[in-house]
Amino acid sequence: MSDLTTTTNSHEEPHPNFHPTEVRTLRDSPSGLIRCEDVNVFYGDFRAVTGVNLSFGAREITALIGPSGCGKSTLLRSLNRMNDLVIGAHVEGQVLFQDEDIYGKGVDPIEVRRRIGMVFQKPNPFPKSIYDNIAYGPRVTGMKVESMDDLVEESLTRAALWSEVKDKLKQSAFGLSGGQQQRLCIARTIAVKPDVILMDEPCSSLDPIATSRIEDLMHELRRDYTIIIVTHNMQQAARVADRTAFFTALPDETTGNRTGVLVEYGTTSQIFENPNDQRTEDYISGRFG
Amino acid sequence: MRTVDIKGPLVVAKPLGTGTNGELRPSALIFLSLLWLSLLVAFGVLVTLLITIFIEGQNKLTMDLITNFPASTPDNAGARPAILGSIWVIITTAVLAIPIGIAAAVHLEEFADSRKWYNRLVELNVQNLAAVPSIVYGLLALAFLALLGVGDTNIVIGGAFALTLLILPVIIISTREALRGVPREIRDGSLALGATEWQTTWRQTLPAAVPGIATGSILALSRALGEAAPLLVLGALVYITFDPNGLLSGYTTLPIQIFNWTGRPQEGFHELAAATSVLLLVVLLLMNGLAIFIRNKFQKRW
Repeated sequence: MSDLTTTTNSHEEPHPNFHPTEVRTLRDSPSGLIRCEDVNVFYGDFRAVTGVNLSFGAREITALIGPSGCGKSTLLRSLNRMNDLVIGAHVEGQVLFQDEDIYGKGVDPIEVRRRIGMVFQKPNPFPKSIYDNIAYGPRVTGMKVESMDDLVEESLTRAALWSEVKDKLKQSAFGLSGGQQQRLCIARTIAVKPDVILMDEPCSSLDPIATSRIEDLMHELRRDYTIIIVTHNMQQAARVADRTAFFTALPDETTGNRTGVLVEYGTTSQIFENPNDQRTEDYISGRFG
Repeated sequence: MRTVDIKGPLVVAKPLGTGTNGELRPSALIFLSLLWLSLLVAFGVLVTLLITIFIEGQNKLTMDLITNFPASTPDNAGARPAILGSIWVIITTAVLAIPIGIAAAVHLEEFADSRKWYNRLVELNVQNLAAVPSIVYGLLALAFLALLGVGDTNIVIGGAFALTLLILPVIIISTREALRGVPREIRDGSLALGATEWQTTWRQTLPAAVPGIATGSILALSRALGEAAPLLVLGALVYITFDPNGLLSGYTTLPIQIFNWTGRPQEGFHELAAATSVLLLVVLLLMNGLAIFIRNKFQKRW
């Protein structure tokens, strides 16, 4: 097995705020911490995602890109059973986390969501203090914590927010800016020590400066966490992701409804520089979507 | 390639200063006056009512009204048992109605599968029950108590039971409204951290909805406080010369006392009725004021 050495941004100017201190070594094929095997997601009778086979690498950032309605967010939400909460939603096929089907019998969806955390499109801090926002997850999951203060500091530090909020931990999280709120949500997710962090367009409501801080943070987090991000912003995928999966919406063979399918999956540099599929190339070059 | 000429002359066909104001057209003015008139009718009736009963009852607005028991002569009669009876009944009603109402609303809003026909039936029923005349609840409570073999239905718990039935739909509807006001994102955020749906409801959704729930509950209770009909059906006594002292005690309430005094021939009792109405209105205004205060002070802006 030959290792393919890349710097993440080999194909374009490095992000101005990104100063890589390490050279990433990407395996030929993803390690498969999470694997989708013939995954179909339904909302009632409507099939939103059809036949996805996808393997995500541990401690890599994988971007899911594609036009609106291609099912990438739906697929993301099915990776930690957040779709269970939508009335009428169900999943066919297998989503394997460490080779265990998360939809299998006896699997506790609560434990799945604790191990596979999620950051949402709109920053959604709880109407509590900054401290309590972080402490909430460890408290409700019954984590054994020696010092909650230390855990709060550690989580905020890892989310690059500690220096900005350390003097106002008891103040409401609603007083923070949008970008700070989103980093708080990431810190809150880290606090329950998940293995995987799913991000559903985490920067879509943020300005470019806040966006670049989140992207820097993702590069930091990649050392310890597996990150799967849905993004509408192709530049963002190119900047942060090790691998990229391109989805599109096609008419269903039987019903004619549009349904999301995976078109192409590869390293980010391959997808952006040398796509195999014409539809990928059209999308990347801005000809549709 | 199509080219578009954008270098044509810039012509302003008509000046903007027309000398008229479109907002002040005759039709607009007529409509506006009609709106003002409607407001004036509503407001005028209320003010007239308040002033009339205040003028009529001002001589009796003394401490005697609060401390004395009803008597056969208006001069030394008071509404003491009615005040205490109202307090007993309203507190008992609150204790019964608020927990049941919130629990029902939480189930309907957070846990019930709205696609199931029986849940829809319950929803439809709750909506309709809010519009049922209050006297019907009195009859229902009477029938229920008779079924239980309660002979004397004029007891605090009986009246509270009827009023609970009356305000339960109102509390359920306003609680559901408050729960619906809590954004989906808050629930998602909690669940994505590994919290259960119970924990999410208890620690996030319900606390965030408390201002709305409190407001709705206080308004419902103030409605119950002003009710006489269902209690009269249950045979509420109108002439009581003792303080109610428990859930099984006989009682009367302010609206019933007012009803009784208004029916007497002597002018003095009419003044007492007016004075008691003022008292009841003040209490209702205070409760509604408290509800508005809670709403403005604690309501979360998302």
